[in-house]
Amino acid sequence: MQLIEFKNVYKRYQNGVSALCDVNLEISKGEFVFIIGESGSGKSTIIKLLYRQEKPTSGEVFVGGINVARLRNGKVYKLRRKLGVVFQDYKLLPKLTVYENVAFALEIYGLKKSEVRRRTLEALEQVGLKDKLRSFPDELAGGEQQRVSIARAIVNNPKVLICDEPTGNLDPKTSMEVMRVIESINNDLGTTVIMATHDEKIVNKMKKRVVVIDKGLVVDDTMKGKYKNETI
Amino acid sequence: MKPFRILKSNFLESFKGVFRNFSLSIASITCITITLILVGFSIFVTLNVNNFTAEIEKDMTIVVFLDRKASDEDIDAIKEKIESLDNIKKITFNSKEDVKKSMQKESEIFNTILSEYTESNNPLQDSFLIKVEDINRIGDTANEIQTIEKITLVKYGEGSVEELVKIFDLVKKITYIAVVALVIVTAFLISNTIKITIQSRKREIEIRRLVGASNAFIRQPFFFEGIIIGFLGSIIPIAICCFGYSYLYERLGGKLFTEIIRLIDPKAINYMVMVALVVIGVVVGALGSFRAVRKYLKV
Ligand SMILES: Nc1ncnc2c1ncn2[C@@H]1O[C@H](COP(=O)(O)OP(=O)(O)OP(=O)(O)O)[C@@H](O)[C@H]1O
Ligand SMILES: [Mg+2]
Repeated sequence: MQLIEFKNVYKRYQNGVSALCDVNLEISKGEFVFIIGESGSGKSTIIKLLYRQEKPTSGEVFVGGINVARLRNGKVYKLRRKLGVVFQDYKLLPKLTVYENVAFALEIYGLKKSEVRRRTLEALEQVGLKDKLRSFPDELAGGEQQRVSIARAIVNNPKVLICDEPTGNLDPKTSMEVMRVIESINNDLGTTVIMATHDEKIVNKMKKRVVVIDKGLVVDDTMKGKYKNETI
Repeated sequence: MKPFRILKSNFLESFKGVFRNFSLSIASITCITITLILVGFSIFVTLNVNNFTAEIEKDMTIVVFLDRKASDEDIDAIKEKIESLDNIKKITFNSKEDVKKSMQKESEIFNTILSEYTESNNPLQDSFLIKVEDINRIGDTANEIQTIEKITLVKYGEGSVEELVKIFDLVKKITYIAVVALVIVTAFLISNTIKITIQSRKREIEIRRLVGASNAFIRQPFFFEGIIIGFLGSIIPIAICCFGYSYLYERLGGKLFTEIIRLIDPKAINYMVMVALVVIGVVVGALGSFRAVRKYLKV
């Protein structure tokens, strides 16, 4: 079985909107996958199914051997501990420093202070922010804030890094910096990366696997893909 | 070690929570303080009322004097009749000879006077000493006994004490009701405080969920918060109740109005009341946060 599998996944929201239609996907360990599509096509829905924010209406989603659709509410945290999640709006806590924001994700494990410190510094080094430990989020540039949130996502050594438009709020140059950080995580740590985006430039530059969604259907799935306008 | 570290960090987290919404926490703490002062008051009242009712019950005896002409058969019949009434706990026969002997023993003067009399011209009367089950109904019972024939006189303890018992009983009941009402109000208020803490920390909770915190972990700090509020709220009541009672006890010389109503020594009950107040405060706090967590921290 692959690390991630979608089998005939349908998703219909409470209000009747059909967001995904018979989605089938397989992603193996260490892959870097873009999920692209225009607004409202269902990218975020796929991401939400992965970290069990939403349940599929029918079909099955497997992540690292866990049947996400069958996962009871009380057990969702077991899935989340295998994942790192990054969002467009960073979701940092404004009253905590950079260091504290990252260490926050380790609190739940009850590790020794020294162990928390070691891991937090390691993650911050990976994203190139070791010299901003004591800064607060509002003292950082957007790209830096996003790197903090990436550090927080990888600090527990997840198998999969899930990103929903991580560069959505950033200018092209900063976006590329952030992309390099994510690529380095994929290369250095072997973390599988799944990223929803509609940033054409990034997709074209990175030359990774691209899954194209249109109106809830997977319409294209190519290796070293490009953001082709005719497919969208 | 791990669970302990998690517990510790969550506990510190809750302390921060209490002070983050301090004005609200103060409202809850004040409410629980008032409640617990009343609880403390009612505990002291209850303990003392129970104590002296028991004391009075022990002492309060109906004395039934029998007609001088009553024969032995009459006495047996009267005894049977009295025993058949309800509310009778114990009945003992006190013959005039017994009375005479015990009086003679008591003082030299009685001894000389009473030794004049023989069995036949003993001026004393035979009597029954009766203990009742329910002190509140002692008057009715005495009246019932009065209707039996060949009885000259029925006497029992002072009426004023009986009245006092009734008043204290009423005070006891009113404080019970007030305590229950206040406990409920307090639990709701604490629940509301925790709700606001929860809302003010939505983002934090969301992120905790995202990074894989279990429900228990997420809920813990809010639980502790209610408990901390309950605990903080019990400090002032403990001081007021225990010192207040000790002070009152000293001032009144250990009795209330009359020698009959002896107060319980504070040393004997203060510790128990302290523990009770802390426990009640903590339990009410826990109940409040339990409700908030169940209602506003759904998975
Ligand atoms: N919680 C929700 N309740 C109801 N409908 C929803 C919900 N979330 C998304 N939808 C609908 O599902 C469809 C897919 O939404 P989704 O967020 O997956 O799109 P997207 O590809 O991420 O779009 P964007 O690029 O704008 O982020 C949309 O039509 C949207 O209105
Ligand atoms: Mg989206």
